[in-house]
Amino acid sequence: MKFNILRYDPDQDQKPYFKEYDIALEPSDRMLLDALIRIKSVDDTLALRRSCREGVCGSDAMNINGKNGLACVTKISDLKEPVVLKPLPGLPIIRDLIVDMTQFFKQYHSIKPFVINHDTPPETERLQSPTDRLELDGLYECILCACCSTACPSFWWNPDKFVGPAGLLAAYRFIADTRDQATNERLDNLEDPYRLFRCHTIMNCVDVCPKGLNPSLAIGKIKEMMVKRGV
Amino acid sequence: MANPASIPVRKYDAIVVGAGGSGLRAALQLSTAGLKVAVLSKVFPTRSHTVAAQGGVGASLGNMGEDNWHWHMYDTIKGSDWLGDQDAIEFMCKKAPEAVRELEHFGMPFDRNENGTIYQRPFGGHSQNFGEKPVQRSCCAADRTGHAMLHTLYQRNVFANTQFFVEWMALDLIRDAHGDVLGVTAMEMETGETMIFQAKATVFATGGAGRIYASSTNAFINTGDGLGMAARAGIPLEDMEFWQFHPTGVAGAGVLITEGVRGEGGILLNGNGERFMERYAPTMKDLASRDVVSRAMATEIKEGRGAGPNKDYILLKLDHLGPEVINKRLPGIREIAMKFANVDPIKEPIPVVPTCHYQMGGIPTNYRGEVVIPKDGNPNSVVPGFYAAGEVGCASIHGANRLGTNSLTDLLVMGKSAGDSVIEFIKQNPEYKDLPADAGQASLARLAKLENQQNGENVHAVGDAMRQTMQAHCGVFRFPDMLTEGVTKIKEVAARAERLEIKDKSKVFNTARIEALELQNLIEVAVSTMVSAENRKETRGAHDRADFHDRPGFVNGRDDENWLKHSLWYKGTDKIEYKPVNLNPLTVESFAPKARTY
Repeated sequence: MKFNILRYDPDQDQKPYFKEYDIALEPSDRMLLDALIRIKSVDDTLALRRSCREGVCGSDAMNINGKNGLACVTKISDLKEPVVLKPLPGLPIIRDLIVDMTQFFKQYHSIKPFVINHDTPPETERLQSPTDRLELDGLYECILCACCSTACPSFWWNPDKFVGPAGLLAAYRFIADTRDQATNERLDNLEDPYRLFRCHTIMNCVDVCPKGLNPSLAIGKIKEMMVKRGV
Repeated sequence: MANPASIPVRKYDAIVVGAGGSGLRAALQLSTAGLKVAVLSKVFPTRSHTVAAQGGVGASLGNMGEDNWHWHMYDTIKGSDWLGDQDAIEFMCKKAPEAVRELEHFGMPFDRNENGTIYQRPFGGHSQNFGEKPVQRSCCAADRTGHAMLHTLYQRNVFANTQFFVEWMALDLIRDAHGDVLGVTAMEMETGETMIFQAKATVFATGGAGRIYASSTNAFINTGDGLGMAARAGIPLEDMEFWQFHPTGVAGAGVLITEGVRGEGGILLNGNGERFMERYAPTMKDLASRDVVSRAMATEIKEGRGAGPNKDYILLKLDHLGPEVINKRLPGIREIAMKFANVDPIKEPIPVVPTCHYQMGGIPTNYRGEVVIPKDGNPNSVVPGFYAAGEVGCASIHGANRLGTNSLTDLLVMGKSAGDSVIEFIKQNPEYKDLPADAGQASLARLAKLENQQNGENVHAVGDAMRQTMQAHCGVFRFPDMLTEGVTKIKEVAARAERLEIKDKSKVFNTARIEALELQNLIEVAVSTMVSAENRKETRGAHDRADFHDRPGFVNGRDDENWLKHSLWYKGTDKIEYKPVNLNPLTVESFAPKARTY
């Protein structure tokens, strides 16, 4: 199987370049990550992140034939040859398929990703109805792989100012939690020409999310709350 | 080689190595106490393997019916095949409800009952009234409990301002002439720079090492780094012969399918469509303990009753639960089955096989998370400044076989306990001890050797040899001749691992170097496992020896007279020492060993 992989090692390369690989796969190689590991067994200089190999840790996000996705849950049989692999777009390359995610996590941290509740916790659990809990479905499952944010043109242009789809999905996850008491502060935190409103509903985030989540919908709900609050 | 004095040193009150569940729980305790703490992790914290836990965390909240910690304690002791230390087990089961509620207060998105309390599902080996009937004790967030837990713990650490060193790999433990632990050497993966993290207390929360086997549910990062570092520093490893094979890994892929599937009502079928667990465990059936179920499955396959064209797997049927339950309670399983087994469990059963999942053994600790080793006649002498929690530690809560959900309970309770012990220790020992003159030298020598090795061994080839050897010689069923041969073979592999060569010489994010360093840790785990397994002449829990099966006076092949004791393996000499199992709980009466049936 043929691959074209963007390589870059700042230790020795002036600039990124494509390297071609033609590799014999075994029948047990089902996912793109299996193929990459096979490549790595003959060329140990290829650098990538990977861990759980089942789509839940979010390590091996990359640009696969032009679309962001996780290597470990991308079936080889679904890929057109040569498979073109690039690091996630819009973030600085550290090496090969590894990008510097500092900016991405900075945005995630900026939305205060924790439940804020000023009451003294009860002896037992805080109660939450199944209906209220249902509000968190489609939000809490995010794996912070950054496929969405790095597929978003608004994030490419303003990674320092626009929170991006992953961070905004997380923001809404806490707004939607009945145990959280900081909705107003959270909305204040996003009330800015860039942080929330740079989302132009291009929907790339929805298209690429490997967990099938919909950041665009969550962003829409935050915007709605902003409008209601303004009235 | 660089002068060790040239390695930069950073000082912290405490360092935590590993940012999975136990590391984050310990770190939270330390940060909240106002200590200066650094958490080192090979990966961004939410990528740690706790994220892959699915079915739930065990705690006797009693939300679904009557339950109490004493029953949980009994189940855990019985699950451990009486090798677990009863003080540690009492401690964990008693603290579990508080640990779970705390997590809920931190914001964990647990599933809920109509009355708003946390939903709990049945799980293997958990029972009401000392084994009478299954109980619903597993607190869950759909089938993504580990993900929800790890993210919640990370988020709470963001709130507490914990300092993380992300993509730093710890290399070696630093001990002084007294054996006290003073920190670690570590390497920044992005730059290849090494540094000494000096600390008054060092907590290992490095997780498991399931990657010693070819077929494993474990993530690539589960390379036993803490075990390797401890073994190299002269700390013995406890009960390494006990590895859990989870009954339901996806056949061929190894990816985990939670026991929660059976908790929700899923059943196992052999190739004849028979619900065979009724024969092996009449009361608990498919919800018997994991070692029992895995052995039953392997027996069915061995005796020609497997499913599929090669009769080499078992079927996990859950279509009778209906799409609503599957989509609500097991959505992640459906996703995994469709991706990795090409079946939609709403319509078809999932092909599964027993798959390496969890190490019951590890660095010996007490229930306070303090590392303990034999010294001057005391089998449990505390190593000052050294702590371990979670899968890397062996308290021993899980003994010879862990119950499902107890790994998450362990990492919460033991992570917090280790944190509390560190706080206490630092209060009494506020000063830094002097680093030995050669601190860091061993790490630099290892790195230099790797850098300069020529005509050496390929990391992937040696890794494959290790994984195949472990799989063939030390699996679900163990045979005396295979174990003896296995010891010879794994030592040959270990000798090859002394001469690893990497082609990648870059300083920047050199993953070849990292994989070589990881293999050096894994190989210690593999050798300790094989040697300990060959040495233990009985069948107990997950350690099943064909030459020690049912004999008169030895129920299930267990030999309490000679083997009701923990093994302690030492690197280098392969010496094995023993220490007694603690059969004395903290406050309640001891549960005396008896026959184990489900």
